[in-house]
Parts: sequence; C-alpha cells; structure tokens
Amino acid sequence: MAIEVHGVTKRFGEFTALDEVSLAVADGSLTALLGPSGGGKSTLLRVIAGLEEPDAGEVRIAGRSMDGVPPQRRGVGLVFQHYAPFRHMTVRDNVAFGLRVRKRPRDEVRARVTELLELVHLSGLADRYPAQLSGGQRQRMALARALAVEPRVLLLDEPFGALDARVRRELRDWLRRLHDEMHVTTIFVTHDQEEAMELAEQIVVVNEGRVEQAGRPADLYERPANPFVMSFVGPVNRLGETWVRPHDVELMRDPREGSVEALVDRVVRLGFEVRVALTLADGTSLSAQVTRAEVEDLELEEGQIVHVRSHRSTVFAA
Amino acid sequence: MSARTSRLGLRTVALGYLAALLVAPVGMVFYRAFEHGFAAAWHAVTTPDALHAFWLTVLMVAIAVPANAVFGVGAALVIVRGRFRGRALLGALIDLPFAVSPVVVGLALILVYGRDGWLGGWLTDHGIRVIFSTPGIALATIFVSLPFVAREVVPVLREIGTDQEQAAHTLGASGWQTFWRVTLPAIRWGLAYGVILTTARALGEFGAVSVVSGKLAGQTQTLTLFVEDRFQSFDLTGAYAAAVVLAALAVAVIGVLTLLDRRRAP
Repeated sequence: MAIEVHGVTKRFGEFTALDEVSLAVADGSLTALLGPSGGGKSTLLRVIAGLEEPDAGEVRIAGRSMDGVPPQRRGVGLVFQHYAPFRHMTVRDNVAFGLRVRKRPRDEVRARVTELLELVHLSGLADRYPAQLSGGQRQRMALARALAVEPRVLLLDEPFGALDARVRRELRDWLRRLHDEMHVTTIFVTHDQEEAMELAEQIVVVNEGRVEQAGRPADLYERPANPFVMSFVGPVNRLGETWVRPHDVELMRDPREGSVEALVDRVVRLGFEVRVALTLADGTSLSAQVTRAEVEDLELEEGQIVHVRSHRSTVFAA
Repeated sequence: MSARTSRLGLRTVALGYLAALLVAPVGMVFYRAFEHGFAAAWHAVTTPDALHAFWLTVLMVAIAVPANAVFGVGAALVIVRGRFRGRALLGALIDLPFAVSPVVVGLALILVYGRDGWLGGWLTDHGIRVIFSTPGIALATIFVSLPFVAREVVPVLREIGTDQEQAAHTLGASGWQTFWRVTLPAIRWGLAYGVILTTARALGEFGAVSVVSGKLAGQTQTLTLFVEDRFQSFDLTGAYAAAVVLAALAVAVIGVLTLLDRRRAP
C-alpha cells in the first residue's frame, strides 16, 4: 500500500474535522475523496501531506510511519485548491523551485523543467508570471511544480474546482492520461460525483469527518453502504424505507404485478434521455429516467396517469 | 455652479493650501540659503561641525533602518502568523512611538539609561555611556522610527496568506529557504515602502534626539540639531544651508518612493 491512514482524528477547537478516519490507497492508483464541502476531505489531504498534525491516529506512506515527519520529507506533491503559485516567479521558476531548493545542478534543473513544461503544454509560456495565465494554465503549472520533485504521492485538492465546465472536462481527460503514463499514486478531492466516477479507480466517500464507504466506482453505485452514499453517488428516489434510482423506475400503460398508479407532472427531454416527474397516489414525488423510445411507445404526456414499478430497489438495515 | 467650475475651484483650494503651507516656507528656506551666493552656503555646510553632523545623521539612518527592518519584518510575522494570546497587545505596542511625543521618548530613555536611571549605574560601572553619546541618539532614532516597517508589512502578509509558504514546504524548502525565496520576495514592496518611511523619519528626528544627545557640536550633534544650533547662533546662512541639505535628502527619499510606487502599480 502506498498510503495507509489509521484512525486519524483531527479537531479544530470544538469542531471535529476528522473522526477516526482509515483508508488504504494502492501503489500507482488513482483515488477520489468524494463528499460535500466541509466534510473533512481537504483536511484529510492536508494531514497526509503533513500540513496538519492529527490529534490521534497515524499516516503511513510506503510503509513508513509519518509521525513527526515534516512535509518537506514526506515525498508528497500537493496541488492546492487555488494552486498557490509563487506570484513573483515566472512559470519556469515556479516549476524549478523544488529542484533548486534541493540544490540540483543547473543543467539538470533546466532539462527537467523543459521536459515538464512540455508535459503540461506550457512550453510557450515559460517566461510568463502566474497572473498572466488562465485558470487552467495555472493549474497545469501547479501540477508540473509538484511533479518536478518526483513525489511518491500526488495530492490534488479540488483540482478542477475553480475552472469553467469546458476546461474542466479537458483537464479531466488530460489528468487521466497523465496518470496512465506516470503511474504516480494520486489522491484527489472532489465534491463532483461524476468527476470521481469517471476518473478514479477507488472512491472514498467522506462526510462529516467520517468515511462512509470506500470502493470501486461501480461497487459504490451498485451496492451503496447507506442512504448517504446512495444519494451522493447518483440521483435517487426515496419511497418509505425503499430507495430506487430513477433509471430503475419502469413506466407502463397498464397495471402489472406490483405496480401502482402515478400522475405525470412533467416530461423533460434531454436528447436520448428523458426525465419524467411523477406523483404517486399518496402524494410522494418520484422521478424516472427513461429513453426517448419508451416515451414514444407510451405516448407519454403531462397530466396522464401511468403505472409504475421498480426493477431494482435497495432497503438499508436500520 | 457647473461641475467644471466646481472641480476647478477645488483644485485651486487644494493647490493654494499646499502652496501656503508647504511650498512657500520650503521655497523661502532655499532662497535664504543661497541669498549670499552658492559659495557662502557651501562654506557653511562644509565646516567640520557641519560635516560631522551630516555623517552622524547618515550613521543614525544606517543603524536605525536595518535594525527596524529586521525587527519590523519579525514583528509583522509574529502578529500575522503567531498563535499566542498577546498578539493584539504586540500590535498596539508597536504603534506606541506614533502616539508618544518624541520629547517624552527622550526623557524616558534618560530615566532608563541616564546616570541615575535603572540601568545607568550598571552602564557607568562598565564604562558604557549611552545618554549624551552616540548610542543614546541611535536608541532614540530607532524608537521613533520603529512602527513603519511592521505597519507596512502586516497588511501585505495578511493578503498573501500561507498557501505559498505551505506549497514551498511540500516542495522540500526548509523554513529558512521558504523565508528567503517565498515570503521575503512576496512582501518586498511593503518592506521597501516601510524602509523608506523609516529613513525619512530617522533623518528628520529632532525631539527625542535633542533630549538625549546633549547637543555637543562636533560630537553629538545631528543635522537637525545643527540647524537649530546655527539658527540660535544667528548664523542664518548656516541654518538655511543645512536645512537645504536635509530637504534634499528628504526629496531624494520621496523620489525613490515615487519610483517604487510606479513599479508596484501594474
């Protein structure tokens, strides 16, 4: 295991940011810490990096305990949420920083920086200052800066949080390819479940300072451990004690075994996918996700009465 | 009244105010200094006593500025980054020299370092003379010019936050490397501004220095004290010429300040 966290607790005054958090990250893997803001994800990242001292518990990197090891000697690269560029240095000097403080020979520094700038597609902007870069460029600079010192572990705090949607997508694909090339163990923090599902090999759902569940994206989606995980990794309907995903709701013209009546409130066509908002006889609202073809078959219209049942539902033990 | 005339009126008032309070008196000093020709003025400021006063003032600046630069940056770091209870008190203490009259500062120094002061006996026993000597003048100058660097650096430190320093740590930089390569460059404009204000204040200090120096010509007389001495001895050319030297130094300082402002602007 590249990173192991055992029972880490961190308090800020009265507030418990992390409550006995444990997790394990395999060598060379890409892991997402997923959860709502304020849930403790960033704090966990900072504890791993050594920027916060845990009140209890232990962090191990490559099998070694990190107790009392300062951030300088953890072999960790951290990309901050707002990238923390050195504003008075050019892009080139930012990337070279870690090598220069290690007093590496000049030629080596120059060669390595050139190579990294090519990797992050910033070769043409080497002499610019961070203020002259776009958000996406600044992010790639921060990544190159962190990679320059060849960290054993790369930590990214909301790496795409401050970017607009299109740049986000591009960088996401690019980061995935970069990871496949470099195989550096990576943990990133995100509150976007789609981002986590798409990028990560392992997702750790963190909420209110605790790990709700850890596993492969498909496992989390198919077998969520509790209602929180179920509702965080995808849209969900709650019917009493039963939880149903919208795509597991079946719509029919005629009653069948186990079906109930529902009123169609709204039909939203999003291309191939169509979202249908329904109300059951007892007043519960329900949303269904169906295909265009199904809608046409059913001749679905707002105000119509249909019959619904679920293919699949989940009941959590109390 | 139209906007145009009111703007013109405001400008006239502002310029008139500046002319009456600043330009006219300073202009008069220049005029009176050179009234009897350049040679007379030059002679007046190159007497041994005048030269001594000039170099003593330069020495005081050379002592007070580095001392307060180091202390100011340290204090600013403690005020902004420290995590102890007395931080607010420290911030208030640093402003003390702004609030206390320089004359009171001078008297206070005598109470501590003078012959009958707290430390006076011990100092006399060890043959160290502070009051009526150069160390006393240096202490007074440092005291009155103490707040500037800290006051200029504190807001800059607050604004830059700790992200850059933490990034430097994760990249392997030691505390010392982080200070020299990240923190200091980030606060350099604030520090430069503070240093210039400190210089200006140290050059012009009169009250506190006048109390502790003993005003011995050729020994403990700074340039400001020299001006006063010449004036009271009815050597008006000497007084005005020395004042012009002080004014020239101040103008040079303002010039550097303006240049810095222009560089900092973009």
